[in-house]
Amino acid sequence: MTDPKPTMPPESCGGSSCGTRREFLGAATAAMAAALTGCGTLSKEEFLQRNFRELSKQEVLDVIARLEKEYKAKYGKDVKVANTPAIPGVIFGYALDLSRCIGCRRCVHACVKENNQSRDPEVQWIRVLQMDKEEGVNLQHADQYYNPEEVPQEGHFYMPVQCQQCKKPPCTKVCPVGATWREKDGIVVVDYNWCIGCRYCMAACPYGARHFNWGEPNLPADQVNTNTHYLGNRPRPKGVVEKCTFCIQRTRNGQYPACVEICPTGSRKFGNLLDKDSEIRYVLENKRVFKFKEDLNTQPNFFYFYGV
Amino acid sequence: MKHPSRCSCPGPIPPPSCGTVSRKDIPMRFPTLYMLAAGLLMLLSSAAFAEPPTVKPPAGTRAENPVAPEGIEVPKPPFSEGIFPCTSCHDGKSMKPNLKRRELTDMHTDIVLNHGPASRWCLDCHDANSRDSLHLASGEKVPFTASYLLCGQCHGDKLRDWRVGVHGKRTGHWNGEKQYLLCVHCHNPHSPRFKPLKPMAPPTPPEQIQLRKGGVR
Repeated sequence: MTDPKPTMPPESCGGSSCGTRREFLGAATAAMAAALTGCGTLSKEEFLQRNFRELSKQEVLDVIARLEKEYKAKYGKDVKVANTPAIPGVIFGYALDLSRCIGCRRCVHACVKENNQSRDPEVQWIRVLQMDKEEGVNLQHADQYYNPEEVPQEGHFYMPVQCQQCKKPPCTKVCPVGATWREKDGIVVVDYNWCIGCRYCMAACPYGARHFNWGEPNLPADQVNTNTHYLGNRPRPKGVVEKCTFCIQRTRNGQYPACVEICPTGSRKFGNLLDKDSEIRYVLENKRVFKFKEDLNTQPNFFYFYGV
Repeated sequence: MKHPSRCSCPGPIPPPSCGTVSRKDIPMRFPTLYMLAAGLLMLLSSAAFAEPPTVKPPAGTRAENPVAPEGIEVPKPPFSEGIFPCTSCHDGKSMKPNLKRRELTDMHTDIVLNHGPASRWCLDCHDANSRDSLHLASGEKVPFTASYLLCGQCHGDKLRDWRVGVHGKRTGHWNGEKQYLLCVHCHNPHSPRFKPLKPMAPPTPPEQIQLRKGGVR
């Protein structure tokens, strides 16, 4: 919710005694900034913060310290905001076994828990599509609201869709302010403090993988995951777009994403595409693999395969 | 749940895949044995695996978990409460083993065998003389902690995928120590089809989204 006009003079009232004309103007500017952004709670530091990629090391630390302080005040918990960089020689890849997924949605809810999504209004990064076996992968015959007593249902298969972490992401191309980009390890991330909420990226994404915080995210304090990353699962403000980051806070520390760990059928495979001994490479080299909407040339690093 | 238009299942026997297995650092003599061995069952006897393929990365040592002969670290098999060790009843003295193929009526009546041909029965896998272990078709004894060797006699393609971490669930680290599960943690060996689950809550359909006080802007 940062106003992208860093030309505002960084002035503010030094104390309660705003006597001089200069101080008065400073206070007026701050008030105007608040009015312009529609967000009275925006601090001066936050208002003047630049794009994450332009920050110096020290500035990043300052930003993180400020965020941690804000989260502490809001949730009464020590939320750790990491800034772990991409591991050299790693490009993350993901493969999902369509012959094994039973559509139980354990991944959807594990993701919400891990990544501090808003519970109400509801934001979910994974969408599980129930499809007809007769039709194959056909979005005309997909239902994401299925809710039978038991899954899998006869005659159906299930296709979870989340961010495909494209090599040519259309979403980053259309961002007018450069608030979203592809990291060196292939993860497409969002700087929530730089996002202006125009939602162009959502329109550009052919997978419906980006989600907008229409309302103030409601994240109960007792459900906050305190292990966060600046570009990942730190609590988001209202009015910004968010998306799957392959659990950047976990995977950059070597762990599997939360959806991989929860999947009861072992349908989800994750690893380093540059490591020829990784599970993901075995899948790509030995299984029948396809990319979703391959014809759009988004070049996903997310693959679907048939394990049997 | 397979995609209908792509139905070329690999056969249950994996000889052509030797190359793919050996890519995971299996000693060179493994493929040789493969060719020399008289049959698949012989292959899967532990002799063929005397030099275990190392799962990458090598599993750490955790005292509480029994370590299978191969070096693949797995948690304890999911025994029913109070059932193991089997020798607490089947001690070979009070009860003489009855090797006759039959339907059990006195004990273990809760076990429904729905796995493969109807003629299959307990002692095809459980060892009559050493009840705390299983045996392969060759007669080779296998501990419960390495039951995947037994399963792999028929489901060789699954065993192959499991070893490389593609069949079944992995937890832990993509670039470090991984935790494996035994086949029987997900598949009841007596009735192995994966059981259906109740799905978790679906997303709220748009027409049910309530405008909250203050609304959205």
